[in-house]
Amino acid sequence: MLKDITLGQFFPGNTVIHRLDPRTKLLAVVFYIAALFTAKWFVSYGLVLAFLLLCIHLSQVPFKSLVKGLRPVLFILAFTAILNLFYTPGRTLWHWWIFTVTIEGIFTAFFMLLRITMLIMGTFLLTYTTSPIALTDGLESLLGPLKKLHAPVHELSMMMSIALRFIPTLIEETDKIMSAQKARGADFESGSLIQKAKALIPILVPLFISAFRRADELATAMECRCYHGGDGRTKLHVLRYQGRDYGASAALAALLAAVIVLRQFGL
Amino acid sequence: MEPIIKVEHLTHTYGEGTPFCRSAVKDVDLTIYKGEFLGIIGHTGSGKSTLIQHLNGLLRPTAGTVRLAGEDIWADPKAIRKVRFRVGLVFQYPEYQLFEETVYKDIAFGPRNMALSEEEIDRRVRQAAAFAGVREELLEKSPFELSGGQKRRVAIAGVIAMEPEVLILDEPSAGLDPAGRESLLRNIRQYHRASGNTVVLVSHSMDEIAENVDRIIVLADAGVAMEGTPHEVFSRAEKLEAAGLSVPQVTKVAMALRRLGVDIDPAVYTVGDLELALQPLRRRDAPC
Repeated sequence: MLKDITLGQFFPGNTVIHRLDPRTKLLAVVFYIAALFTAKWFVSYGLVLAFLLLCIHLSQVPFKSLVKGLRPVLFILAFTAILNLFYTPGRTLWHWWIFTVTIEGIFTAFFMLLRITMLIMGTFLLTYTTSPIALTDGLESLLGPLKKLHAPVHELSMMMSIALRFIPTLIEETDKIMSAQKARGADFESGSLIQKAKALIPILVPLFISAFRRADELATAMECRCYHGGDGRTKLHVLRYQGRDYGASAALAALLAAVIVLRQFGL
Repeated sequence: MEPIIKVEHLTHTYGEGTPFCRSAVKDVDLTIYKGEFLGIIGHTGSGKSTLIQHLNGLLRPTAGTVRLAGEDIWADPKAIRKVRFRVGLVFQYPEYQLFEETVYKDIAFGPRNMALSEEEIDRRVRQAAAFAGVREELLEKSPFELSGGQKRRVAIAGVIAMEPEVLILDEPSAGLDPAGRESLLRNIRQYHRASGNTVVLVSHSMDEIAENVDRIIVLADAGVAMEGTPHEVFSRAEKLEAAGLSVPQVTKVAMALRRLGVDIDPAVYTVGDLELALQPLRRRDAPC
């Protein structure tokens, strides 16, 4: 059941989208989000949506798993849509007690829903097509200029890669501990809230102990290999922009420009 | 002999519908008999761990059934906890599951989940501790103060304390030194003899299996490759090697002797048997 968590999951593949430089993809997501928030009416939304669908198609990530990623935010989606539906001032269509539905409300709710869905799908596409290591490498390189300001960029990205690296390990560990305690008759499903909270102790105590043990072992292993931070450290896989990266950047810039122009015309 | 667990056409597939989809167990049939000491052997990735997690209902089969004393354990999914009390499973490296303040409380976790009376829990904890070789004076200590070997014994006692009809141990001696390993296996043998309950030992060490069990099931490529008494299994060394396993050290010696022209049963699998098999030869060569 824990294995169903999709957050940050990577779908290995060898498509154009997979092969793009992680820096390009990170910047592309920033541009994409900017375009999404600039979009105002059907034409511009349609344009951004078409772009997203094209990227999904190129990446060969199954559409189903992208939709599955929406499940955790379903509540927020419904909540935002309902709030916008009932509380946007404008021409009244229907009124009952404190609920008023306006034409503007219907449109705002619809666009809001579309915007959040596309936002999540777009960012998920990034984590689905970029391995965590590539992602942190890209981030470190992009934030590189901040090193001049003595910001610990390398240390932060190292912490991020370690954290990402250990998520699956800890999930596996939790699964194993849960199974072991279930084998001794532990019951995590039934009972009151307090009983359920208490039932977590047999999982959390061993999990914390093992997390500390792993951290300790990792620190020793890093010291054994003379890790001393970012200064003078070189990379095995040096990031280099390719032709496709310039192409993708141009496409994103064109998308953003088109959406800005369309906004001027209120489309 | 009367069967206690019967597995029929069991298949388990991980990650269905993702690029990582893989069948860990494929169409497995096997029977575990009441009171026997069974060994399940297979190299890493042969589906051992997945298979045994089906026996106490931790995993639900993708297809097929698991019967405990004739009844399908998934007939009533709500009653699956009762199955777990009857089929005790000790995981690999079980010491990482300890969590209580004292050894006593940790061993009592299983029996307490069974909602037994305090006296009954006390009796079971002390008896299980004795079976697993946990000394009385350790019971009031914190489990985190103990050595690795002692922790493992505490974890095993925690499962024995539920007094399961079938006790399954997954690689109980992994990572122990030879002395600790021998003494732990002696404890398990004593438990089997004294309680008369079924014990299933899962391992990839042929020597360990050879010295302890009455019957062996060999797993390979997600299915049962061989089944029989140690003598039957070890007499087919080529087939074992095809499954990525080897025969016990003692059997290797016997096979080498046979290749040198000595008339000896190539399937002896304990040191005692080899000695017995070599007895007639010794007498003949007595002069020197």
